[in-house]
Amino acid sequence: MELEDHLFRREAGRITAALTRLFGMHNLAMAEDVVQDAFCRALEVWKFRGVPENPSAWLMATAKNRALDVLRRERTARTYAPELGRLLESEWTLVPTIQEVFSSAAIKDDELRMMFSCCHARLGEESQIALILHILCGFSVDEVAGAFVSGHAAMEKRITRAKKVLAESKRLFEIADAADFSAHLPAVQRALYLLFNEGYHGASTESAVRKELCQEAMRLTKILLAHPPGATPTTYALAALMHLHAVRLPGRTDGSGNLSTFYEQDRSKWDAQLVAEGQRLLNLAAFGPELSEYHVEAGIAAIHATAPSAENTDWRTIVSFYNMLMNIRPSPVVALNRAIAVAEMEGPESGLRELRAIEGRERLLSYPFYSAAFGELELRRGKRKAAREHFEAALLLARSPMERQFLQRRVDACKG
Amino acid sequence: MSEFLFLYRGGESGRSSPEVAQQTIQKWMAWMKDMGAKGHLKDQGHPLDRTGKLVKGQKKVVTDGPFAETKDIVGGYTLIEARDLSQATEISLGCPIFEFGGSVEVRPIMQLSM
Repeated sequence: MELEDHLFRREAGRITAALTRLFGMHNLAMAEDVVQDAFCRALEVWKFRGVPENPSAWLMATAKNRALDVLRRERTARTYAPELGRLLESEWTLVPTIQEVFSSAAIKDDELRMMFSCCHARLGEESQIALILHILCGFSVDEVAGAFVSGHAAMEKRITRAKKVLAESKRLFEIADAADFSAHLPAVQRALYLLFNEGYHGASTESAVRKELCQEAMRLTKILLAHPPGATPTTYALAALMHLHAVRLPGRTDGSGNLSTFYEQDRSKWDAQLVAEGQRLLNLAAFGPELSEYHVEAGIAAIHATAPSAENTDWRTIVSFYNMLMNIRPSPVVALNRAIAVAEMEGPESGLRELRAIEGRERLLSYPFYSAAFGELELRRGKRKAAREHFEAALLLARSPMERQFLQRRVDACKG
Repeated sequence: MSEFLFLYRGGESGRSSPEVAQQTIQKWMAWMKDMGAKGHLKDQGHPLDRTGKLVKGQKKVVTDGPFAETKDIVGGYTLIEARDLSQATEISLGCPIFEFGGSVEVRPIMQLSM
């Protein structure tokens, strides 16, 4: 029996969510200890006896028994989840209550409850994503720190603080309240979007880590879609956007793991099934009047994913989508992408003009791809010296060895 | 062919992340599988619980637990077959326990020759 990739991480997230519903949010650490115990036990037994027939069920049952022990031992010493607390007090109701909490339908909801809990309004977006990765995706503090290219101590502090905020609410977010659910949905969508972006554009040098972040964002979005009130056109658009971007993931780095430019990408590596799924989701996003930034971004990604080459791309429509995006959620990065699309449509001079006119461009000065965009357009109109200077400036801002190598190759391209 | 007992001590990874725990299990399974494929695995053995009783002396005094330090407690055993002690030792070198600072004791099972 082989173990599915990342099975432990995902089960850790599911079991933690279920246990937290049982114990209450203020006992999150206790839930984490139970999960840790269950995994230690799996480690000890499986390394000798091999993986059982149904590893997920084994882990779940072990955690359930451990939770029963803990509850029996500390029944009176603590207070548990407000809505379940009384049921845990008597032996008559204890076992059936735990059975119910650990049923597979209940656990799906618990993952969703935990997702909403992690997107607490009092937490910054980065803390929200860190919590999602740590609690729901089973990343250790070190692994979260690795994904964000942050130090262990800083990440530990961030996660500890965020958990304190969660503990104050005592219980998991209640998804049954429709108004509350809709009010918090945008924050969850945003966090999942940012989680995906961290994988797609993020600074982590390990492409395996980045791919995992994208996969986790897609997995959690799927959970959101499976819950009818969560399956709004905007969530469909978000899922479409992720699929259509993920199409380009395998082509983003070449055979030796180097970043490749959009133009160099081997489109035969793009996954046709992902494109089809992305388009199906985008169609589902198109009912009703909702038009979110995810709709527009998914629209742009769909054009790229289906264009035969960078040259044969409908840049005019892409520019009009970027104009829309600038209305919905303006940012210097969106403006930068728009300027590049304008250059494709009208030529490098127009692109350069747009680049110089970006509002708030001072916020892009530390972003290597702002300078690199100038470099590309100067190179395209034959000004090698200017292009090289821009690429050299970008090189100084590179955030990872992968970016450094990529930009070095662009500097070298100006010499030839 | 002679039989040997591998006794595993220590090598607990402590609070490892789920991903690391999964990788550790996969390494152990790969090692066991490899021993099996080469015909060395007689009995993959069992893990041993950390708790227990110690019964000692003529007065049969019963005390709790193996009193050794955690790193010295036997955590499990495996029965293998090898040509001789040096081959058995060679086989033990592939054990993933060393990555976490554990040890393998290789003990020949005495031959019951007349």
